[in-house]
Amino acid sequence: MAAVSGLVRRPLREVTVRDAINQGMDEELERDEKVFLLGEEVAQYDGAYKVSRGLWKKYGDKRIIDTPISEMGFAGIAVGAAMAGLRPICEFMTFNFSMQAIDQVINSAAKTYYMSGGLQSVPIVFRGPNGASAGVAAQHSQCFAAWYGHCPGLKVVSPWNSEDAKGLIKSAIRDNNPVVVLENELMYGVPFEFPPEAQSKDFLIPIGKAKIERQGTHITVVSHSRPVGHCLEAAAVLSKEGVECEVINMRTIRPMDMETIEASVMKTNHLVTVEGGWPQFGVGAEICARIMEGISKKLVLEYSQAVVNIMYLNTYSIKRLKARSVWHFSSRKYFKSKSRKSCVQFPGCSCCSCHWC
Amino acid sequence: SSIMTAHCSLSLPGSSDPPTLASRVLVASRNFANDATFEIKKCDLHRLEEGPPVTTVLTREDGLKYYRMMQTVRRMELKADQLYKQKIIRGFCHLCDGQEACCVGLEAGINPTDHLITAYRAHGFTFTRGLSVREILAELTGRKGGCAKGKGGSMHMYAKNFYGGNGIVGAQVPLGAGIALACKYNGKDEVCLTLYGDGAANQGQIFEAYNMAALWKLPCIFICENNRYGMGTSVERAAASTDYYKRGDFIPGLRVDGMDILCVREATKFAAAYCRSGKGPILMELQTYRYHGHSMSDPGVSYRTREEIQEVRSKSDPIMLLKDRMVNSNLASVEELKEIDVEVRKEIEDAAQFATADPEPPLEELGYHIYSSDPPFEVRGANQWIKFKSVS
Repeated sequence: MAAVSGLVRRPLREVTVRDAINQGMDEELERDEKVFLLGEEVAQYDGAYKVSRGLWKKYGDKRIIDTPISEMGFAGIAVGAAMAGLRPICEFMTFNFSMQAIDQVINSAAKTYYMSGGLQSVPIVFRGPNGASAGVAAQHSQCFAAWYGHCPGLKVVSPWNSEDAKGLIKSAIRDNNPVVVLENELMYGVPFEFPPEAQSKDFLIPIGKAKIERQGTHITVVSHSRPVGHCLEAAAVLSKEGVECEVINMRTIRPMDMETIEASVMKTNHLVTVEGGWPQFGVGAEICARIMEGISKKLVLEYSQAVVNIMYLNTYSIKRLKARSVWHFSSRKYFKSKSRKSCVQFPGCSCCSCHWC
Repeated sequence: SSIMTAHCSLSLPGSSDPPTLASRVLVASRNFANDATFEIKKCDLHRLEEGPPVTTVLTREDGLKYYRMMQTVRRMELKADQLYKQKIIRGFCHLCDGQEACCVGLEAGINPTDHLITAYRAHGFTFTRGLSVREILAELTGRKGGCAKGKGGSMHMYAKNFYGGNGIVGAQVPLGAGIALACKYNGKDEVCLTLYGDGAANQGQIFEAYNMAALWKLPCIFICENNRYGMGTSVERAAASTDYYKRGDFIPGLRVDGMDILCVREATKFAAAYCRSGKGPILMELQTYRYHGHSMSDPGVSYRTREEIQEVRSKSDPIMLLKDRMVNSNLASVEELKEIDVEVRKEIEDAAQFATADPEPPLEELGYHIYSSDPPFEVRGANQWIKFKSVS
């Protein structure tokens, strides 16, 4: 029996993130002749991380192009080709190398539609692994979500699982704007269940919409890319202690889906942001700043019972969410004061009536 | 009839007065040559067995067209200078007077379906690629009638098959190689002219572009507009090798007299034919000169002498060279060319009027054109209560 169980296959609907991206690119290459892929080792090597496996064999030299090690040069060539009407996918072996080419991404791609008064669009996709890998040292581990997310004119997406990866790469290729797709090397080999709709050739995930991966009532946990998995693991652990986390997978960094995050925070009154980037001037810092500024008008109308004129939250972005280190945040309601009890976690703080006290 | 002509011409008013009906009739009845053959300077060659021809034929029609175009660019740049000093144009303003033979000559050597990209000294190319002086001056003054609706300014003007206007030195060269890649990809026999200056020629990304263009045989003509100074730094102080036409190494190159429009035209035709035949990229160095400083904030005399500028003006001015050729070969008369001058002046005046009077783009449109093809969305302004609508 033990021998037989070893032969049991994984269910057929499971697809790794790598294969999902491969499928997405393959379908778009087939659908539109103007789409092509260029980057280091993407053709004959089948991709540095094998993400473009089989594509060169299928489409040939014209559409899958191996480049020399010249990031600034080939990123500029890709942007120029996009300006002239093609739809390039420009792969950076990792986004750390995109720093060599960042002028082309920002100044030549992102800003051009605006500066030309709407005359010159740049339908390009920049993709590649982003963030930390396994012990590759500082130069190869930077997360660029905050850097690229800072710039108007760019769209920035950060898929977590296979469904995200396929849907977002397809939407990115079909989008007429420059889109940065921040993948994750450690996720490439991870299999996920592929829902039936994701198997369609027209499966798209809209850019600019977050997904609530897990419903909860006590605390909102917002994340993107690989840390989403960690948040779900932490949520499972916390659930046993009676804390229900609402885990939001951002999917898109820019334009950020603040509505989903705000609605969740209105419900739970607590927020943790989790990311792979550095805390100062990071994605979490931006989310906190926007929450601190106050909810949008739309939500005031929808959630008039939970009126908070100014919500004051302290949040810290952390690399790993562990069961015991869930941080407690105080929200100060300006007009209503409730009975003041001193908090257990923050002695002396009596501004909220959360269940920790 | 020649005696009659002479008699009539004596009784005509001075040449500064607007031409009367009599002088027009005179001009029309005078026999001009249809075309003339000129000798042009031989180009220095790098990795090429043969170069462009050393003689060329100029038709009267083409000559008048080139004269008008060069004069328009000259007057437009001088008007921009004037408007800048009146503070009606602000920001950056890089003028190309002195380099008219480059933009007009290049355009004469290619088709409208070919592509062109250059750096920030772009007003002349914007005109030769098809935009009107009105649109250009209005863009310089930042008005809504400008070609980029007032949002680009001097360095970001776009037209069909003209990709600007690029502010970052050297960044346009890989872009141009990319446009050439698209030309090859589409298989339509088009070429891309990718321009950069002597200062930009030392940028690393240009060498990356050379490598890939040669590797993939892209139909890209790399053109170095060498006006001897990269901002305030002369070529001797910036480059270990000032033979810019050889810097492509494995890419063949030619060095062209950029003050002679016919030389530029022939070299461009030669280069375009080379690229169209599928042999890969080629490099052209145009030796030219700018009369103004690097930009309007540079007087242009701290790193070069006024004598040098004056010498170039008197000996090598491109408009003067063409004019002398045409008049001496009986392709046109002095009066006829003066007439063109007057018409051009008027056109520029009208355009400047428009550019000064046109309103600025409305503040509500500040957030427009952030994304292409997207539904409208809101953009945060200076604080969270100021919102702008963004329409694609």
